[in-house]
This record gives sequence, C-alpha cells and structure tokens, in this order.
Amino acid sequence: MSARRIDGGRLIDRTKPLRFTFNGRKMEGFQGDTLASALLANGQMLVGRSFKYHRPRGIVTAGPEEPNALVNLGKDKRFEPNARATTTELFDGLEARSQNHWPSLERDIGVLNDRFARFLPAGFYYKTFIHPRPFWKHVFEPFIRQSAGLGQAPRHRDGDTYEHVNVTVDVLVSGGGISGLAAALAAGKAGARVLLVEQSAHWGGRLDDAPDIDGQPAETWVAETVAALTNLENVTVKLRTTHSGVYDHGYCLAVERLTDHDPLGPGPRQRLWKVRAGRIVAATGAIERPLSFAGNDLPGVMLAAAVRDYLTGYGVAPGRRTVVVTNNDDGYRTAFALKDQGLEVPLILDARSDPGPVAEAARELGLKVAPGKGLAGVSGKGRVEKAAVAAIDGSGAVLDELACDCIAMAGGWSPAVHLWSHAGGKLHWDETDAMFVPDPDKPPLGADGKAMVRCVGAAAGELGAAEALETGWAAGLWAATETGHKPKRGAGPKAEPDEETPIAPVWVMPRGADPEKRAKMWLDYQNDVKVSDVELAQREGYESVEHTKRYTTLGMATDQGKLSNINGLAVLADARGEPIPAVGTTTFRPPYTPLTMGAIAGEARGDLFQPIRRTPMHEHHERMGAHWEPVGHWRRPYAFPRSGESVEEAVNREIVNTRQNVGLLDASTLGKILVKGPDAARFLDMLYTGMMSSLKPGRCRYGLMCSENGFLIDDGVVARIDEDTFLCHTTTGGADRIHAHMEEWLQTEWWDWQVHTLNITEAWAQIGVVGPKARDLLEALGGMDLSEEALPFMSWADGEIGGFKARIYRISFSGELSYEIAVDAGHGAALWEACLDAGESLGVMPYGTEALHVMRAEKGFIMIGDETDGTVIPQDLGLSWAISKKKDDYLGKRAQDRLFMTDPNRWKLVGLETLDGSVLPEGAYAVDDSKNANGQRETQGRVTSTYYSPSLKRGIAMGLVRHGPDRMGEVLTFPGVDGTETKARIVEPVFLKEAGA
Amino acid sequence: MSEPVSALGGAVFDGAVKVTELPPRAMFSLKGDLASKKIVKAATGLTGVDLPGPNSANGAGENGILWMAPDEILLMGPRTDQATAAARLEKALAGTHHLLADVSDARSVFLVEGEGSALREALARLTPADLHPEAFPVGAFRRTRLAQVPAALWMRDGSAVEVLVFRSVAAYVFGLLGHAAAGGSLSHF
Amino acid sequence: MLILTCPYCGVAADETELAPGGEAHLTRAGVESSDEDFEAYLFQRKNPKGVHFERWRHANGCGKWFHAARCTVTNEVFGTYPAQTLEPPKEILDEIVARRPGWTLETGP
Repeated sequence: MSARRIDGGRLIDRTKPLRFTFNGRKMEGFQGDTLASALLANGQMLVGRSFKYHRPRGIVTAGPEEPNALVNLGKDKRFEPNARATTTELFDGLEARSQNHWPSLERDIGVLNDRFARFLPAGFYYKTFIHPRPFWKHVFEPFIRQSAGLGQAPRHRDGDTYEHVNVTVDVLVSGGGISGLAAALAAGKAGARVLLVEQSAHWGGRLDDAPDIDGQPAETWVAETVAALTNLENVTVKLRTTHSGVYDHGYCLAVERLTDHDPLGPGPRQRLWKVRAGRIVAATGAIERPLSFAGNDLPGVMLAAAVRDYLTGYGVAPGRRTVVVTNNDDGYRTAFALKDQGLEVPLILDARSDPGPVAEAARELGLKVAPGKGLAGVSGKGRVEKAAVAAIDGSGAVLDELACDCIAMAGGWSPAVHLWSHAGGKLHWDETDAMFVPDPDKPPLGADGKAMVRCVGAAAGELGAAEALETGWAAGLWAATETGHKPKRGAGPKAEPDEETPIAPVWVMPRGADPEKRAKMWLDYQNDVKVSDVELAQREGYESVEHTKRYTTLGMATDQGKLSNINGLAVLADARGEPIPAVGTTTFRPPYTPLTMGAIAGEARGDLFQPIRRTPMHEHHERMGAHWEPVGHWRRPYAFPRSGESVEEAVNREIVNTRQNVGLLDASTLGKILVKGPDAARFLDMLYTGMMSSLKPGRCRYGLMCSENGFLIDDGVVARIDEDTFLCHTTTGGADRIHAHMEEWLQTEWWDWQVHTLNITEAWAQIGVVGPKARDLLEALGGMDLSEEALPFMSWADGEIGGFKARIYRISFSGELSYEIAVDAGHGAALWEACLDAGESLGVMPYGTEALHVMRAEKGFIMIGDETDGTVIPQDLGLSWAISKKKDDYLGKRAQDRLFMTDPNRWKLVGLETLDGSVLPEGAYAVDDSKNANGQRETQGRVTSTYYSPSLKRGIAMGLVRHGPDRMGEVLTFPGVDGTETKARIVEPVFLKEAGA
Repeated sequence: MSEPVSALGGAVFDGAVKVTELPPRAMFSLKGDLASKKIVKAATGLTGVDLPGPNSANGAGENGILWMAPDEILLMGPRTDQATAAARLEKALAGTHHLLADVSDARSVFLVEGEGSALREALARLTPADLHPEAFPVGAFRRTRLAQVPAALWMRDGSAVEVLVFRSVAAYVFGLLGHAAAGGSLSHF
Repeated sequence: MLILTCPYCGVAADETELAPGGEAHLTRAGVESSDEDFEAYLFQRKNPKGVHFERWRHANGCGKWFHAARCTVTNEVFGTYPAQTLEPPKEILDEIVARRPGWTLETGP
C-alpha cells in the first residue's frame, strides 16, 4: 500500500482491506475508510475538474461540505452522479469515476476555458457571448454545454428500493458529537421521546480534539453515553442519518443511508424519516473556512482540520511536507498532529501578529512560527509544489519560498446554522469570533409561538469542548421541559475549558493583494467563483448579497456554499465598504445536503406511484382486454377491442350494437351520495339549480350544481328515496369533491339544518343495461317487474333481479332504453357476468367510456369537463330548463345575475357539422374576420366535444359560439394547427333525433 | 344470490408483518347525535359492545363500533342477514334524526399482524399519525391516510391492527402494506 | 408543514390530513345583495401579515370543518375552534391579545 498510509487511524480497521477502482484503476483501502481517505492513501491528489475552467481539483475537506471530490459512483441500475467522496463510505468492489472532464481526468480539453478565463468573468453568460447574436445559439452555447456540467444523468431505472417512515418525537437531536450526545442524554433521562441522528458512521464528531470528559478520555465517555442512550427505551439513535431540513411546526426530514456502504445488504437503500418534533436541538457543529490566497484551488490545498481528520481518523498523510497557514489557534492543532506523526511542517504562517501561548507551545515542540505572515500564493504543476510567504498586510511581495506538497489552511469556523435558519431563525455577527451565530432572541417558532430550535456547541459558536457539553446538556433539559417532562436534578458532563487567543479575520490574503492575485483566489471551488468575480459584481451594481450570488453563481453549486458563502460575503462587504452584518447572508434552504430522488419518492414508484381505483368488475374487464382510460384516479374501460380490432373500430362496434341491440356499461364509478334529514329537500334546493323538493319519492330528476360564483361544477340524477332521503349521483371524478362541497355548506353555513350526508359510492356496483333490447335482457335474468307501467322513465325501484337484491334506475344518457342496476359491490362481478350470460342471445356487448361519450353527444347531452371548464354557466349550455324560476335562491343564482354572466355576447352551446363530414380537431377555435392588436384573427367560438358518429356516419361536434343559437345554418371556419382549415355549419346540438328512452 | 366477494379474494402477504384481507363483514354507517339514547341503544343492541369515545373503537370478534366522527359511527357485524339487521336498526331509530346506510361492501379490511414493534413500524411507513404506544394504545382508532389514500387504523390488540380503506383502492393499499412489511427494523417503537 | 388540532375529535392532524378552506367568517351575500357586496363576498380576501382566521377541514379524519387562528408570519397557532360560529370565540381572542398585546379584531370586509 501507498506510502501515504501512516500509523494510527481510529476509524479504520486494518485487518479488513477493501478493493475499489477509480477511473478503472485498481486501488485498496480499509474498512472504515471514506472514498476520499482511500484515494488520498493511494496518492490520488487529482479527483476532478472544476465546472467552468476545468481546473484540476483535489480533495479539500473531510465532510459534507466538500466542493471538489464529486464522483460518478457505481454503474447501470446503481449508477449515481455527484457522490461526495468525503462522505462515501468505502466498500469492497466500489467503482468510482471522476466527472466533468473530457476525454480524461489528466488530459482535459476543457482546460482551455482556463486560458480564456478573462472572457468568462462573473455574469459572462449575459455579456461575453451576447454578440454577435447568432453565435450564441450556434457556437457559444453548444461549446459551453459540452464542456461544462457535472456528473452524468443515470440512464437506467434505479435498481434500489427506498422507504419513508413517519415518527413523532418530543426532541430531535441533530448531530452525534459530544454536544448532541449530552443533549440527547439530558432529554432522554428526563423521559422525553428522543431521536438522535448523526450524519456520519461514527459517534463523537471531531473527537481527537476533545479533552477528557468527566475525568475519562472523551472516546470512553462517548462510548458509554451512546450505550446509555441505546439502553433508554424512549431514545432512538441513528448513525448515517442526515437531518436535511426543518420546516414549519417542527416538521423535519432526515435521510438514513441503510445500504450505501453495503450495497449487497438487504432492505431499502435509503429511508426518509419524516419527523414531527416538539423541540429540535441542532448540534450540527461548524464548518472550517478556507483562506483566499492566490492558487488556493490547487490539489494539495486543504482545510487544516481535514488534514488532521485524515491523519488521526484514517491514518493517511495528505502531504509529507505541509505548510500550515492560519488566523486562529485551531490551525496549530493540525501542526501538532502532523508533528506527532513525524511529518514535516516547515512553517506555521499565522496572520496574527501576536499569536499568544499556542505559538509558544509550537515553538517548544520545535515548530517554526511566522506571526503576521500569510501566503502570497501557492504554485505547482497540477498540485502544490511551492508556497510563497508574504506579510499579511502587504500587497504580496514575496519574502520567502518554501517547497511543500500540502497546505493546511485554517480560516476560522462557521457554525452550521442551517437547521436554525431553515424555518426562520435569525443570525447575528459575532465580531470577536468572526462568525455568524444564531440570535437567541430571534429563533424559529413552533406552533406554540415559542422557540422550537436551539443550537448548541459549535453550531452555536461555542467551539470549546467544555461549552459544547454545557450548552448541549442545557438544551436537552430545555427541550424535555418544554415538551412536558420534568428532568431530575443532576449535573451534566464536564470538561476543562480551553483558553484561546482570538481569531484575526483574513478575507483576502494578503490583505493588500493586487487584482491579478485576486483573480486567482477561489471562493467557490465548484462553481469557479473568485474574489475578483464578487468584486466585479459589486462594481457592476449587483450589491445585494442575493444579487451577487445569482450574478456570480457563488454558493449555487451542489455544496450550496458551505465553504464559500461567508468568505464571499465578507469580500462583498469589503467591496461595498460596509461591515459584514450590513451585507447579511443569503437564505439557507433545505436540504442541508442533496438527497436522492429515490429517497424523496419512497414507495411511490411503479405500481405504487399513485393509487389506481378499481371497480368491482375491474378484473373481468382486464380479462376482456379492456383498453383503459384514467378518469381521476379511477380506471375505466375506454373500449373493449376484440382480437384484430383497433380501439376506434371497437368503439364504433360498441355504439352500433348498443343502439341496435343492447350494451353493458360499468357505471360503478358514478358518485353516489346519500342526503337525509327533515331539511334534506330544502338543502338540495340550495345545491341544485333545479327544484328537488317537489320530486316525488320513487322518481328521479336531472340536476345541475354550480359554485357560488355561478359556474357549473357537476351534474347528475337525483333519486328521491323517501320523504327525508335523496340519493344524489355525481360525475365519476366528482364524488369526493361534491360530498366535500355539501359538507362545507352544511357545516359552515347552514349548520342549524337537520341534514346528514354520506358518500356511499363504493358500497355499490352499478351496471348500465342500455339499448332497445335492455328490457329483454333483464327479463331474461328474471325478477322484478320492469315494464313501462311499473318502472317508467326517470323512476327507480328496489327489488330482485336474477337473484340479486338490487335497486334499478330507469335513466338514460344515450337516448336509448336504459336501466342502471345497483347491487352491493361484492356482487358486482357476479351480476356483470350474469348480464353477459342472459344477454348472449340478444347480442349483448360491454361498452366503454368512449362509446358512452359519443352516444351522449349524438343526443346533445353535455359532459362536465368537456362542455364546462370552470367558466361556463348553465345558461351558456341551453340548460335554462334545469334552472328553477320558482326558487328564491340556490348556490350560484346571485352570481348568474352579474353583468358578465348576462352578457348577450357570451359564447353558447350549439352543434357543429363539418361540411365534408370529417371530425373537427379537439379544442379548435372558430375565427372571424377581424384581427386583434397583434394581427391575430379574433375568435368567436370553440369546439368542446368532437367525435365520429357511427350512427350518422359523419363527424359531429358540440361547441360554444358567440350568439350561436341565433346563427343556425351559418358556416364557421376552424383553422387547424397544420395550416389547414375546416368548415362547419352551426346546427342544433341534438344530432340523433329519433329513438330511445 | 351468490356469496359476496371481497376486493382481493382474501389476499395474504407474509413479511416482517402478515397482511390478510379479511372476508366481507356487515357494516353500517350511522350518523346522528351520538348522545341520543336511541342511537346508543340501537348501536350497542346490534353489536353487543359499548359505544366508544372519540378516536377509539370497541370490538368483540366480528362485532364492533368504530368512532368515525362526532356524529358518525360505523357498526360491524358478521356478514349474515344484513337486511334484517338494517330493519332492526331502523326500527330502533324511528323518530330520531339519523342516517343509516348499509355500507358492507364500501370498504376492504386488512388485518395486519406482527410481533413487537414490527407492526407499528410497518404502518408508520405509510401514515403521519403518531403510532407510538402512548399515543396509539390498544383500542385506539384513527382515521388518517396511508400514503395517498384515506384509511382508518384500529389497534385491536398489541399485535394486530385492522386497516380499513375504500374498496376501490384495496389493491393499492395491499401493495403499500407489502412494501412496508418488506422493510427492516427501525429500532424506534 | 403545519400541525393543527381538530377541535372536534382532538386529533393533532398533520397538514397532509387537512384540506385548506381560505379565510374564515365570511358572510354570504345573498340574492338581494348589491354588486359591490357580492363581489366583496366572492373575491375580496384579507391577506394580513400577522393574525389570521382561516378555515380547515379535517379531510383525512373526522371530516369536520374548523377554524384556526394563526399568525401568518411565524405560523404561531393561537387556537382552533369549531366552524359553527359567526365570529372567533372569546377565549381565542383573549389568547391572541395575551400573546400580541394591543392587537384588535378587525371587523367588516
């Protein structure tokens, strides 16, 4: 194995070697490695290329903030782009490929972009390539599209499964470092229901820095605390679970990675936790900031803490000779760790002129410290080879040059305040520590109007272990108390406080760097945004931080600016000559890190993508080879094609047969709502435009329903069951909506009326037996008297037919003799088969929704959703006959009296017959001769329904036309989308006059 | 008349929990003033169980009363002679404002059985309702949703939940429960 | 993603179990109303920054309509109450004033 693997590494198991490949090259790592640590161990410094300039890039971090090390992972059904190597756990057989380069990582043609960097400044899309105009489309854009872009989009269906889970907890603790553990322990001991999630695969966070806790090594305390938490029944702990977002009223999303590290393991790949939390403790730590010096994007330049993590966690030395550049005490910890491993640290550059005791400690260890100094820049061919030292306050005159292969940069820490900010928590700028911290006076509020999130430890700007424990414990007690628990008295875990010398903020290094240097200082590595870009944006007037972000794309990459945002806005503040808090931050939005589409979808894919509602006869239709049509969530047979028959031919056959013999329709989907009570009649008089109170028990009446603003919302037949009881039929898609509409008016307006409603749609199967031989079929089944005298048109009766207890309605939507037979849903399939058997000698055939539609159009019956679109009133459709003139009021009546509704120019329903017999295109508009201001022809009507009528052997259509009913015989012109025109004559909307019912 | 059939003909799925579509039962929706003595007497008389309070249900074998809303209960019983049962109810309810409907075939009922936390965990994959034993004890009944459809959950005992959904989505819900039963342990409930 | 307690069944319902119904306490303008009044009833809605009264239905639950008093800025919920009332009940108003001193109920459209 590589010489970069050194001793130590508390997170890896050297007895378990793992094999993996990177760009096809075989490599080895250990159990516990991340892909990033394993790549570094194999000496792979170059891991990708940047988005815009295709500059070579290496690993910068050891966590989810990584901007550079994004790889294509896996293949085929398990291919995933943009996976962060720093959070990808290594497993045996892992296959990774670098992305964003062509033809190869080492030889990338897009690097030309880098040579032309001066043509690609902030806002280059809007400027450089605008002229000459045609060049954008034909030259610039294809070039940019080809050479830019992140990972590849997967080409296969995702081969993994995913799931969601909903839990309600008192306290959600995010982060399993010592602060989060303390919080979970405090809340858990108090009896609160606690969920503790940690994004990584191990507890304790950045444990190596921690002092002893309660007199024992931090590692021991962590292990004991995790054991204690696991033993508490009311506490759930989850590793590999990233808290993605905080939403209103304590709703949170967290993603658990179940088999990402073990792809052959059983069960779903990822689980999305939907958590409803009473209180949230955000122990999310802090993210180290890079320093902005020239060449800071070269492979080998890393965050100081990341260098330390690779050393102590994974036993990997990113460099043999590392220059540490810092503006705070924490950088020294990396120097000490390097020294501890016997690695060379030629110099510690400290921006502070008086670094205090920490520098003394360094010198005692034999390390060389240069106070008041920084980097003039780093250079090297494809990776760090040389560091140039300069005075921190100067313009970059080089004082010294050092050979090195790694730069550990420590720019200070930014608390990970994302979860605090997602649901509206505000921040304030802490001048001493140079960081945005949560403003405890402006927390995100829960349903009770009180703070629902509290940040602790480093997330609250408390970088020391003692403070992390103290704030964590206190927050755990707070969260438990707030959710109704009574914590027992008892001290929390303690550690010795650590005194540090304050940070000296450095936003540009050196502070007086010239423009040339500033054009080589990267803020956002992934999106290639430099100090000079932000300054340019400011000069060009994009001064608001939100404008700067969008103009430069700072912080808009997949890492969402975790490294770059604070540095970027500090540079912007400087350019504006204002303090940092005056500039403010951009908005933190969920998710904290990207989540997979699979996790978002959960179970909702394939057959479970959405519910499909099936009638009791569904399987029978399927066996008959039904061609399905979705109607709302229902599946209805559109037609029943026979072998060798097209769908269109089937529709025509079904229509002809129904009109000549008898057809069967599965009408189970029609909504059925029972309305009962002393005020039921009065209530229906308000709901329908027609009079329902005068309907006699045993009889049926067609009714129209309008919304309060007058528009048609539904229609259907109402049957009066007895004095107090009505059964209202609705359209197929309308049952739930209309039932809700009824309940809304009953509950919120007429609550003193004595009426109950019940949606009984699903209790019944309903079969339409339609056609001249309908009665013959039912008589063949045998049972109740269905003669004209016993059951006249628009009446209903209860009885028995073919041995089934049934309710039969004599209603028609086709003009033919028609019965609708309703039986218990559990008997629907049996009745359907009985009808087919009984009707065999009569030529019975099932028919689908298209035949239904054509037959209703032949008779001029309107269809909700075709003739209506939410802007149509009954008066437009010639349905004034269905509006009672005797009623004082009904829903929609007042609205139908408004000026716009009574306008004689409203388009009204007519029939349309093409002159050549063809079928008008759906939705076609009739034009007139005048033109509008844009030179387009004005319209005077449109087609609402259009079909081929096999009964008439020609196209028929219905439409809404200005003054239509007064223009019988006139010919209208309907332009098609293909430039042709169809001429159609205005006729009465009833095409098939004779026959029926 | 033929025997009534359930939507899925008694389908069964065996995973971390067992899902069984139960055979048809008699079910009556009864709406009215639940404080009315007539309504209480009619309901308890038919089913032999007490009227449950809000968000709970009482049951004995196939008999039961489920609290659906402040003015609605669902009565359950064996699928034998519904017509006689309905007539008996109507007689008992005469003179009081109510709505009674035989809805025996409107819903599908799934029995979901599992040991320990597996049962609650399977359902928690599909509903936002808090299924923690403290919030959803034995006897609890809640109308909620399972993924994208309305559903009602009745905690019959520590290891069995009855899931009621509308008949038309029985296949969808059976698929959902199968998916949920395939997942591993959450170590949460 | 709000969570509101249904005042009828007492269930703390997830927003996905609820259906929204817009502004509460509208007065229906009947057939005799003027064009202006009817227009106001149909279309003019309050959109306050702060305390708001709104309608919700416990759709995937007991099916009842109820009202919620909520702050549109912070999502703080002052209380929920049955829909069968023409104005917010006193205990809800008291609760709002206790948490938003100086707040007064705006009357009229």
